[in-house]
Amino acid sequence: MNAAPPSIAPVDSPQRAARQAEVAAALAAALPHEAILVRHEDTAAYECDGLTAYKASPLVVVLPETASQVQAVLRICHSLGCPVVARGAGTGLSGGALPHRFGVTLSLAKFNKILEIDPVGCTAVVQCGVRNLAISEAAAVHGLYYAPDPSSQIACTIGGNVAENSGGVHCLKYGLTAHNVRGVRGFTVSGDEVAFGSGALDAPGLDLMSLVLGSEGMLAVTMEVTVKLTPKPQLARCIMASFRDVESAGAAVADIIAQGIIPAGLELMDQLMTAVAEDFVHAGYDLEAAAILLCESDGTADEVAEEVERMTRVLTASGASRIEVSRDEAQRLKFWSGRKNAFPASGGISPDYMCMDSTIPRKRLAEMLRAIEAMSRKYALRCVNVFHAGDGNLHPLILFDANDPDEMRRCERFGAEILETSVHLGGTVTGEHGVGVEKLNSMCVQFSPAERERMMAVKRAFDPGELLNPGKVIPTLQRCAEYGKMHVHRGMLAFPELPRF
Amino acid sequence: MIATDPVLLRLIDRIREAGSRQGALDIRGGGTKAFYGEAPCGEPLDTAELAGISVYEPSELVITARAGTPLAELEAEIGTRGQCLPFEPPRFGAGGTVGGMVAAGLSGPARASAGALRDHVLGVTLLDGRADVLTFGGQVMKNVAGYDVSRVMAGSWGVLGVICEVSLKVLPAARATATLSFECDERQALGRLHAWSAQALPLSASSWHAGRLTLRLAGAAAAVGAARNTLGGVEIAPAMAETWWVALRDHRHEFFHLGASELESGECLWRISVPAVAAPLDLPGSQFIEWGGAQRWWRSRAPAVELRDTATRAGGHATLVRAADKAAGAFTRPAEPLMRIHRSLKQAFDPAGVFNRGRLYADF
Repeated sequence: MNAAPPSIAPVDSPQRAARQAEVAAALAAALPHEAILVRHEDTAAYECDGLTAYKASPLVVVLPETASQVQAVLRICHSLGCPVVARGAGTGLSGGALPHRFGVTLSLAKFNKILEIDPVGCTAVVQCGVRNLAISEAAAVHGLYYAPDPSSQIACTIGGNVAENSGGVHCLKYGLTAHNVRGVRGFTVSGDEVAFGSGALDAPGLDLMSLVLGSEGMLAVTMEVTVKLTPKPQLARCIMASFRDVESAGAAVADIIAQGIIPAGLELMDQLMTAVAEDFVHAGYDLEAAAILLCESDGTADEVAEEVERMTRVLTASGASRIEVSRDEAQRLKFWSGRKNAFPASGGISPDYMCMDSTIPRKRLAEMLRAIEAMSRKYALRCVNVFHAGDGNLHPLILFDANDPDEMRRCERFGAEILETSVHLGGTVTGEHGVGVEKLNSMCVQFSPAERERMMAVKRAFDPGELLNPGKVIPTLQRCAEYGKMHVHRGMLAFPELPRF
Repeated sequence: MIATDPVLLRLIDRIREAGSRQGALDIRGGGTKAFYGEAPCGEPLDTAELAGISVYEPSELVITARAGTPLAELEAEIGTRGQCLPFEPPRFGAGGTVGGMVAAGLSGPARASAGALRDHVLGVTLLDGRADVLTFGGQVMKNVAGYDVSRVMAGSWGVLGVICEVSLKVLPAARATATLSFECDERQALGRLHAWSAQALPLSASSWHAGRLTLRLAGAAAAVGAARNTLGGVEIAPAMAETWWVALRDHRHEFFHLGASELESGECLWRISVPAVAAPLDLPGSQFIEWGGAQRWWRSRAPAVELRDTATRAGGHATLVRAADKAAGAFTRPAEPLMRIHRSLKQAFDPAGVFNRGRLYADF
């Protein structure tokens, strides 16, 4: 559902066919026949991830069932100098699992067992292919859950979450994947067993796990993850607050935080998004409002009562025109249903949409939304906005028709301008969806050549031959030169003594 | 703008000069953690002049400060707005800096509940061995653009570069706290801590030493009040409780003081990091438990190999913090595939080996 260059046509060169035969034959020594897919009709399902506009045909797809088979695949590919693209459920939104035309797609979907739940230590050890939500379901009997909840949590796997450092709507209070993972076990590119982190709260040496989390499968292959489980709060209630203009909604977010409140969730939808979502789920949203804030409190009954009262006071003082507090769990879920269905609802009013994922300092929100409004006019495309207001992560959805080449071009330029504006406002081009292939150009704007070169050096420290998911995340110097946009200088300011508060 | 900053220019010159003659630089903030890890080596490279809070936005929950900013100054500044560094960084002496705090990567009593220092590092600007100014991460909470090099700087002991400026996530200080005390042995203490940590209780810190379990609750007044009533124990007066947790954080409690004669006799201070649920460790000496069982300090005369083997069997690792002789290595060495990555990273960021030679591992 995203704009992109057309996929490479599956016309095989003789060299590629020969390489395919060579790699498949070598893999046959390690895997049963049915675990190796080479025919186009068998590999077609692996051509893309959740970013369907980018497609490529993998050379070979392998479906190992045991860790020693994965290890053997890596050793074989390493000896042949063949790229390996690890893949979980394929729900990623940035093309991180896009196949390599001369590489093996390593499907880890069969590693779907929860190995251990420790209700005393509040941890779970799970295989990489376990779905995010399945962890919480299995832990529920102990009154525990796994906190990060990306909206694809029904389908996405923990291995993919590790690759992307996935977030969700509760990150502000409960953290990202990085804050909820204790250890990652897997293989290096050459098939050596490796463990990052540990069951303890730290591991000796440099914190390599921080590099692996969010590395989009470019540094190691994740096989097993130890996650932290969180005691389930006894109760959650959600406040729905309407605002007459986006500025006061943005100010309300700052006011809540300034009052020392960290809501369990804090989400903003603009008017168009609210209308689209209301039409889709009938949550009872205020269609007159320029923006709606969903503000959630969780904890014990007393704690929630205390916090909801404080939140209501702040929201009222910040100029909320209407405030409604969920009466019960059913109504709370109803409030959230529109927000959680923002993407499908947008799909209902437009043939295609492109979802952006930048993060900006919260105080720049109103400025950003005005800029997006202006871009919407400039490119003559509609755009709806949802915003993880608590942590500054913005998801503008640009509505377009991919069958109209001109709309598609305008959409791409619109998206790139949003990302560049985010960097200029002191933010980042991706908050939780990852760079993948989609945001390679924008990385040229955010990082200097020396910074990108050090990132490549980090990759080579783990993967000297650059065989794990090559071509993702870090753009080449040449690509940035062709893109032609200047890197925006960030980092240290001279004269720190000048007040900039 | 960077080129005009005289302090940064001086550091760049020093690094280039040292690199050109294979020299070694010892990056120094306040020097309060010189005792921790392997011995510092090389000419001091002082970051004190690189000081000052660059940007503080209470409503963004972010503070950006230069490396030489005194930690006490930063914590005082955010304290005026009711905010804090939730990981309670230790202060082993006056004059500790923000850069030193990040480079050491140490967290205090609240670690098990609030997360570690590295969980609060949002971005870092550093000078690497080529004297390039590099910025990774940023000033926002959520950021997955590229590898998270900024968080690797946390606990790197300066071996990859000079931290120049850092952005940290801050949080509101708890509205209410209470400290409870219970008489019990080690096994009972661990059992209670494990049972409590699996419940939705506002636990904030814990310690067990010499038959006494001490527990800090922090959060909303209602939650702290309710938990205090449920858990029982004896409540410690707020001022005394504050003294206790600060003494623990900064190692001012007498347990952590090893006199010259004790060190001479071969007694050492070890930090053992294990899964919280690890059974009581069978070691000679005395113990101080923190982090719900995940951090266990030992005063022991046992040989290093015994401490390290015990920690490994329990699923963790051991650090030799204070000793007359650290020939056994201050930090545990990771397994070989990881050491290979360590060496490559060092090569990538500091090819001439200018920074903090031997500070993490003697041959590194």
